[in-house]
Amino acid sequence: MDILSLFVLIPVLTITGILLLKDARQVRLVAIFGMSLQLIMAAVLVFLYLSARHSGNTDEMLFVKDYLWFKSLNIHYAVGVDGISVALISLTSIVVFAGLFASWEVEYLKKEFFISLILLATGVFGFFISIDLFTMFLFYELAVIPMYLLIGIWGTGPKEYSAMKLTLMLMGGSALLLLGILGIYFNSAPNGGRLTFNILEISKVVIPISAQRIFFPLTFIGFGVLGALFPFHTWSPDGHASAPTAVSMLHAGVLMKLGGYGAFRVAIFLMPQAAKELSWIFIILTSISVVYGAFGAIAQKDLKYINAYSSVSHCGLVLFAVLMMNKTAMNGAIIQMISHGLMTALFFALIGMLYGRTHTRMINQMGGLMKVIPFLSVCYVIAGLASLGLPGLSGFVAEMTIFVGAFQHPELFYRIVTILAISSIVITAVYILRVIAVLLLGPTTNEHFEHLPDAKWFEKISVVTLIGSVAAIGLAPFWLSSMIGTSLQPIVDRIVALNPF
Amino acid sequence: MSLGTFFIMRHELLLITAALLVLIAEIFVDAGKKRSISLFSVIIFGVITLAGFIPSPTGTVFGGMYISSGTTLLMKNILNIGVFLVFIQSLTWLKKEENSEKISEYFILLIFTLTGMNFMISAGHFLMFYIGIELATIPIAALAAFDRYRNKSAEAGIKLIFSSALSSGILLYGLSMIYGTTGTLYFSEVAKLFVNNNLQILAFIFFFAGMAFKISIVPFHLWTADVYEGSPINITSYLSVISKGAAVFVLIIILYTVFPVIMGTWQKTIYVTAILTMTIGNLFAIRQQNLKRFLAFSSISQAGYILLGFIGGNQLGMASVIYYILVYIFSNLGAFGVVTAISNATGKENMDDYNGLYQTNPKLSLIMMLALFSLAGIPPVAGFFGKFFLFTAAAQKGFYLLVLIAVLNTIISLFYYLLVVKAMFINKNENPIEKFRSDFPTRFALGLCVAGIVITGFASIIFEAIKNLSFGV
Repeated sequence: MDILSLFVLIPVLTITGILLLKDARQVRLVAIFGMSLQLIMAAVLVFLYLSARHSGNTDEMLFVKDYLWFKSLNIHYAVGVDGISVALISLTSIVVFAGLFASWEVEYLKKEFFISLILLATGVFGFFISIDLFTMFLFYELAVIPMYLLIGIWGTGPKEYSAMKLTLMLMGGSALLLLGILGIYFNSAPNGGRLTFNILEISKVVIPISAQRIFFPLTFIGFGVLGALFPFHTWSPDGHASAPTAVSMLHAGVLMKLGGYGAFRVAIFLMPQAAKELSWIFIILTSISVVYGAFGAIAQKDLKYINAYSSVSHCGLVLFAVLMMNKTAMNGAIIQMISHGLMTALFFALIGMLYGRTHTRMINQMGGLMKVIPFLSVCYVIAGLASLGLPGLSGFVAEMTIFVGAFQHPELFYRIVTILAISSIVITAVYILRVIAVLLLGPTTNEHFEHLPDAKWFEKISVVTLIGSVAAIGLAPFWLSSMIGTSLQPIVDRIVALNPF
Repeated sequence: MSLGTFFIMRHELLLITAALLVLIAEIFVDAGKKRSISLFSVIIFGVITLAGFIPSPTGTVFGGMYISSGTTLLMKNILNIGVFLVFIQSLTWLKKEENSEKISEYFILLIFTLTGMNFMISAGHFLMFYIGIELATIPIAALAAFDRYRNKSAEAGIKLIFSSALSSGILLYGLSMIYGTTGTLYFSEVAKLFVNNNLQILAFIFFFAGMAFKISIVPFHLWTADVYEGSPINITSYLSVISKGAAVFVLIIILYTVFPVIMGTWQKTIYVTAILTMTIGNLFAIRQQNLKRFLAFSSISQAGYILLGFIGGNQLGMASVIYYILVYIFSNLGAFGVVTAISNATGKENMDDYNGLYQTNPKLSLIMMLALFSLAGIPPVAGFFGKFFLFTAAAQKGFYLLVLIAVLNTIISLFYYLLVVKAMFINKNENPIEKFRSDFPTRFALGLCVAGIVITGFASIIFEAIKNLSFGV
């Protein structure tokens, strides 16, 4: 058994364990035990990865394992990680861990809830460890489908509508992706030889440019739907607003990163020439995502909608940076994924906790909560500050790197879109500070809120885990940066080699 | 006729023996104990299904009119498995009072249709093929009208026999043109003498239209929904899975072996009909409330996806079609099994009745969800692999646009499959279907289906075995 497959096996075993339980009260414990183990495994993986790199292992992917699955189509179950996937796996385990504590109080169909949630996590982990396009696609769809039940059963508001919209749009994305993957597969051996789904092997050949022009947009949009690329982002606000807390956390925090990671690892890495040619279209779209998402957040009054639109904006920034195709910007994109994942999970956790107390998410119905529930309020402020990019927290590092990278392009077009995208920082500051002012400061407007209880112990665990991670990246970004940087080098080298400027 | 001939034709001969044994049993069993016949038949059929897997010689009989090869044996075995599942699923229904007098008819007629299907799969001559198709069709019409006191069932029988007669007529007209232009009806000779002139293309179109009736490909699908709704559920599942599967098998063999010369023509035909079949099947399925009609339209759209495996004329295509039929047997019979169980226990067949089913019958709901996800092509169940291979087969020959239309159609289909999931898991209901425990045969059949849905996908060995037995143009 290799260490990477454990990341799929542990959740599966946890699910089996929960299924076998007779007593519904122990479900939580089993789930938390399994996911704590996963968190420890992630830490071990980071350690093993760093020590392997330290001892001079310069392979592109480490811990590679490859099992032949469908021989006639050359489909493998192949896993392997580089610094980028290790970082994202750690992010996932942290968010899942925090998400379980945030859903401590789920009572309705508890067993099913935790099973679906962990199934979703299985898909995400599997996606990040895969280096075979088939298994990657399989895990991608596996991660999407539990969302329907999670939102449909445990959601709030127009949950059935939102769940259906989200599932169908994401599956629509995966439909395009399927076509893209098949296209890549059938062009993976232009000089003769065996067709392959393996990303590393495909990256050694150059897919014919005529095929790239067709399949790059398909693949990019396919992943882009999950990464909330304008105009395919509309599932995100509705879906997030209706989803239960932990699901919003996982979805915005982790699942949307599948889009960014895939766009970069599959679409751009394997088809860099078409990416270069067509990037201007998608750069315009992502710039719209970034700015429109931010403006959308200003217009909203529902906390979850605000955060969902802000996610559209921040995830747009990830895709924006990936499309810049230079090392600095891509480095920023990965840090932004991690940073946004933690931050937005924190936001959604806090919103869930606030909603559990006040039973409203409308900011104009709340006010002066700082005095009543200081712990949660302070955490909210920290999350907000991270989101608007205050130095010392993760958001600053990510956005700074992205904009520096984007501005390295000398052409006017890139300069203009970068300036546009930078303007989103200001807009972000507006809606974040406005929410903090209305929600937390000032007099308490509603007398029912005078005696709200502050965070319970499990809520504190959830929140503190996330804040700790956000601060760790903000204060010491270099270790993350260097881990990502060394892994980015071969990818950037390939892009540069195929696209002489 | 030597002993070797018996071994070559053993699937058909075993089936005929089984049918005769049941017939004899019917004579000797006392009037009050007719129910034991069903158990007897199922056991016999189980033995036959197992016996089908024993390796045996292949070859031709009757001067090339009957051909047995690894591919046909595989197809027959797959059909046997499906029929075995249908038999187990129908045990509960056959226990009903009104069926007690006609249990043996049910088994005899079904076994005879299966014999007909086996003959048409193994045909090497259009006459043999035609006899097979008639033997496969006419008993089903009798079975569709099995509940003869129910108007809808009688209507289904009549509709089925009329539309089959019409399609047979069209088919025969095509065959007569083939004979007229080539002077032979042997597959191997027709393949050599076909030269792609206009009359022959017309002949092919008529032939294809006749087969399209059997597979219910749009625009020849209109009989499907009414017949499916009117027939007893077990016959509906038989029609939608076995009948359709057998017709698909025959069509792909004949397209690949008899009509390779006009491949360009049938690719165009299939291109258009596949798009129509998927889209129209899906769009109509959205509006259905009765689950039998719902599954009828869903099975029409499934036929559309299956056509994607045909179009490339490649070995991968045939492998993916056979594999998909196997997966489809498990998935569709899983879905029908749940509908049957609920219908037997409560008589309810509408989607609204399923509201809140998960609260009372969680296991049935889960099986239904798995089966529907498999039909929709959601991992990790087998349907995902099946669809992936079908699409890969079409993409291998460059039909990317067709694949795009197909994957977009899977999104539509996901929508209506999720409607059922929504009804079971999310919708609230004041008085949901009460908690009930199905009897052993139902649970056993459902268990087999679930095992099939889960294992067929992951176990790559199954697909590889099928691939090795498939061939291309």
